[in-house]
Amino acid sequence: MSANTIAIPSEAPVRPLTLRLHEWVTTVDHKRLGILYIGYALIFLAMGGIEATIMRVQLIRPHNDFVSPEVFNRMFTMHGTTMIFFVAMPMVFGFANYLVPLMIGARDMAFPRLNAFSFWMTALGGIFLYFSFFGGDGLYGAGSAPDVGWFAYAPLTAKTFSVGHSTDFWTLSLLSSGIGSIGTAINIIATTLCMRCPGMTLGRMPLFVWLSLVMAALVILAISPLSAAQIMLMVDRYLGGHFFDTQAGGSAVIWMHFFWVFGHPEVYVLALPAFAFASEIIPVFSRKAIFGYPVMVLATIAIGFIGMSVWAHHMFTVGMTAGANAFFVLSTMAIAVPTGIKIFNWLATMWGGKLRLATPMLFCVAFLFQFLIAGLTGVTLAVAPFDWQLSNSYYVVAHFHYVIVGGILFCIFAAFYYWFPKFSGKMYDEALGKWHFWLFVIGFHLTFDFMHVPGILGMPRRIYTYEPGRGWDIWNLIVTIGVAFQAAGVLVFAANLIWSYLRGKRAGNDPWDAWTLEWSTPSPPPAYNYAVIPTVRSRRPLWDLKHPEDPDWRYE
Amino acid sequence: MSPTSIFAPVSTPAESIFGVSVFVLQTVAGIFVVVCALLAYAVWKFRAHGSSKNEPAQIYGSTQVELAWTVIPILIVVTLFLATTRVILEVQNAPRAANAMDVIVTGHQYWWEFHYPGLNIVTANELHVPVSDPAHPTPTFLTLLSADTDHSFWVPRLAGKTDLIPNHPNQMWIDPHETGLFLGQCAQYCGTQHAKMLLRVYVQPREEFERWVREQQQMPETDASDGKRVFESTACVNCHTVAGTAAKGRFGPDLTHLMTRETIAAGAAPNTPDLLRLWIKNPDAIKPGSKMPAMGLSDQDANAVTAYLETLR
Amino acid sequence: MSALSVSVAAGDLEWRLPSRGRVGMCCLIAAESAIFTIFVVAYLFYIGKSLAGPQPHDVLHTPIFYTICLLSSSLTIHFAVRRLAAGKMASFGMWWILTIVLGGVFLFGTGREWNHLINVEGLTISTNLFGTTYYSLVGLHAFHVTMGLVALLTVAAFYFTSQLQRKHAERVEVLSMYWHFVDAVWVVVFTVVYVIGI
Repeated sequence: MSANTIAIPSEAPVRPLTLRLHEWVTTVDHKRLGILYIGYALIFLAMGGIEATIMRVQLIRPHNDFVSPEVFNRMFTMHGTTMIFFVAMPMVFGFANYLVPLMIGARDMAFPRLNAFSFWMTALGGIFLYFSFFGGDGLYGAGSAPDVGWFAYAPLTAKTFSVGHSTDFWTLSLLSSGIGSIGTAINIIATTLCMRCPGMTLGRMPLFVWLSLVMAALVILAISPLSAAQIMLMVDRYLGGHFFDTQAGGSAVIWMHFFWVFGHPEVYVLALPAFAFASEIIPVFSRKAIFGYPVMVLATIAIGFIGMSVWAHHMFTVGMTAGANAFFVLSTMAIAVPTGIKIFNWLATMWGGKLRLATPMLFCVAFLFQFLIAGLTGVTLAVAPFDWQLSNSYYVVAHFHYVIVGGILFCIFAAFYYWFPKFSGKMYDEALGKWHFWLFVIGFHLTFDFMHVPGILGMPRRIYTYEPGRGWDIWNLIVTIGVAFQAAGVLVFAANLIWSYLRGKRAGNDPWDAWTLEWSTPSPPPAYNYAVIPTVRSRRPLWDLKHPEDPDWRYE
Repeated sequence: MSPTSIFAPVSTPAESIFGVSVFVLQTVAGIFVVVCALLAYAVWKFRAHGSSKNEPAQIYGSTQVELAWTVIPILIVVTLFLATTRVILEVQNAPRAANAMDVIVTGHQYWWEFHYPGLNIVTANELHVPVSDPAHPTPTFLTLLSADTDHSFWVPRLAGKTDLIPNHPNQMWIDPHETGLFLGQCAQYCGTQHAKMLLRVYVQPREEFERWVREQQQMPETDASDGKRVFESTACVNCHTVAGTAAKGRFGPDLTHLMTRETIAAGAAPNTPDLLRLWIKNPDAIKPGSKMPAMGLSDQDANAVTAYLETLR
Repeated sequence: MSALSVSVAAGDLEWRLPSRGRVGMCCLIAAESAIFTIFVVAYLFYIGKSLAGPQPHDVLHTPIFYTICLLSSSLTIHFAVRRLAAGKMASFGMWWILTIVLGGVFLFGTGREWNHLINVEGLTISTNLFGTTYYSLVGLHAFHVTMGLVALLTVAAFYFTSQLQRKHAERVEVLSMYWHFVDAVWVVVFTVVYVIGI
């Protein structure tokens, strides 16, 4: 029992289930909200995965009839919308919620009630979106989910082309979760700026906190344009407005600008937390401090800024002027510089270290390899003329899944394994972790490496079937086979989580011999986090305690 | 060999793109090899052995190293940017050749309308262009319009794709220097049957192309028949045009020379009498969700209309 | 684990961080600014592009008086907050009510203008691009004024039930930041709609 906790008698009676559920539903504790976000994301991960599987089965061979074109079009719309807004974003908000206050020595977020409100607005959005399967009425009979693609281009979303309410489910569910996202972002920024423990200057915050801060700033600047565009879409659909009504002189292209002004920074909203996980895990499993902390911070801020200026690289084919195209080529390539710097810094952290290849580190090493490839295919896409061939093809689908699955999801898995002992107080099973890793890596590469090929051979995206004789058949088959391995890996992961939570060995405060403040609390931390608010003197306060003869503050 | 590979260009825009893409692929391949080698080496060389509790030397950073791996990527970016901009200007701002042919392409849900204003031809889904001799180029300039939602014209071996956006005309050009049939399809999700909005571009030797033009410019000679009567008295004429008749609809493809096309329903089916009859009777059997309604014709009427359409050469 | 505090040199511990309320409100203002920016961009982009229907210079009358009212309310709320911080409750009440009245007058003016545009000039949100962008932008702003007034009235309710005290001055100041933001947005909207767009 540490001096920083308050003893609670262990003979307290087990409270009834209704009371415990009520506590969870009404909680404002950042740790519980974090768990709620993460649990919610896992459920929607399963749904998004099923949607992907349905699509891949349909595409396993040409002219397949596993599902109708109407169903397929709903699948890719729902898969994209689900994975971005109801899996990836809640996942990163959940981890940020749980860890940011702990890492800065605070007792909760700045606005706990806003925190709860934000979670429930996000949750409402997802539930409302999936209600569309039952409640939407479109041209094709009862029950239709949105089928306009996750970026919902105008004028396909106009009342004339999207009859019924399926598009409105897309719009309203994202408006709801958008409010939740902005609320969480406000909370993260206020917490980080206003609630750090004594001694923790901005230059001594863990990189996780820096990356969460910049991510939150991006959410504030990027989600708002999407909300604005969606309000405009509703005005068009229900009040007879003409924002995107080309018949009245309106512009379809302006929707694209508004959407991608959101859409591109959004991928950095997802990627920065992934970098945050890697920046905490790689040093601990290399037994070395992160290489180049100040540069990592500057690179993060640079990514945040440059990331707001690249959006029209999603629009190279819409007929912008040569000058505009060239500008976005330059800004897009420019962002590769700070991103590359980060990869090199992680590599340098490992260099000369003592690498411990436990499951979290395996996922991080795979992340480095895969994110490198993802970034490089991004550079190829930044070459606008090359993009004129590759845009809207399976090469782009392969690229962004490489980033989101190969980069971000791998880091999320790493984060699960790394912080699971802290959140649950139990150790996960290392053998099952490795099974998960290898199954998933094989499946990931089968699917997403080979997915680049049909793109190069001319296969567009968002098609429910394709012609034989174009050379696409074998690649689609291999891509679909990879899904089975990934599904198997995820099942092993889920089994590991559940089994370890119920039967795992007790984890102590600090099973990884790590250096940031959260590892000084019990596992799981008590509701109040710290009985005594800590004071810190360097970036790695626990290293200072464990190595009093050689503390970090002598070198920073 | 895939008929739609972007790495088998036969027309200048596609070739310019191919050139710069090879350059960038070689560059990123080089970067990949170097960084991967370093990663693999690090994972192998610096694995923890045994259970030594000593921590390795804590290195916090190095300004020179950071500078190196900032400056070198910036130089690579500048080089790639310049190479890219050159090709953008080459393709987008190419001067118009004097003997270029114009085609106005209008995208519809889910078919392509081709109008040759200089030749007075309107056809659908199958684009015919003359082959272009690199020494004396005879390119085809396409103006891209849309009648409804966004589409994208993509025939990979001829050029990169350009979108067809309502109220936002676009331009592209091709100058294929090999004859043959080149395939493509719509590359911007436009609704239910986006997948079957296929493209066929016939690049023909000059004489053959001229013959095709004359064929298209002629009025079809058709006698009054049962089929023609059914066609003109049902809703067919609301959507379709047959030159020289009462059918002047613009919603669906022009059928004046339907029999000169190898496919129907924008490439969704070959143009055979059986499939044509099936398409008229029950479009959903071939392209479910297309805008062609099942006309509810009796078998006899369907046979008659098919026979009539078979005369539209 | 022994005590977490690491011994620090004396004089090291002057630890002051910004107030959560201020930072939170700044973030909210940033997000709202981003939303307004998109509506302003759409307005500017569509100037002169309406295919038919009433044009701005035909039907718009610059609302000088109502603008003065709204912008003055920034001054009055500033005085109100200063009075509250100094504990001068009666004076605070007067300036606060004046702010609400000025805001209410502004909304009344917007309503009057819309009534004229709809019923006399025949301009609605569905008439043309000008109608769509005008009502959306001005309406979005009016909505924010309304939300602000609701908040101001809530504070007024606390004041009139004698629950508002001097120690609440900082929170009321944070609220006034929102009100200043709403006024600043009007400066932009006014410029775009009645100056640039005419």
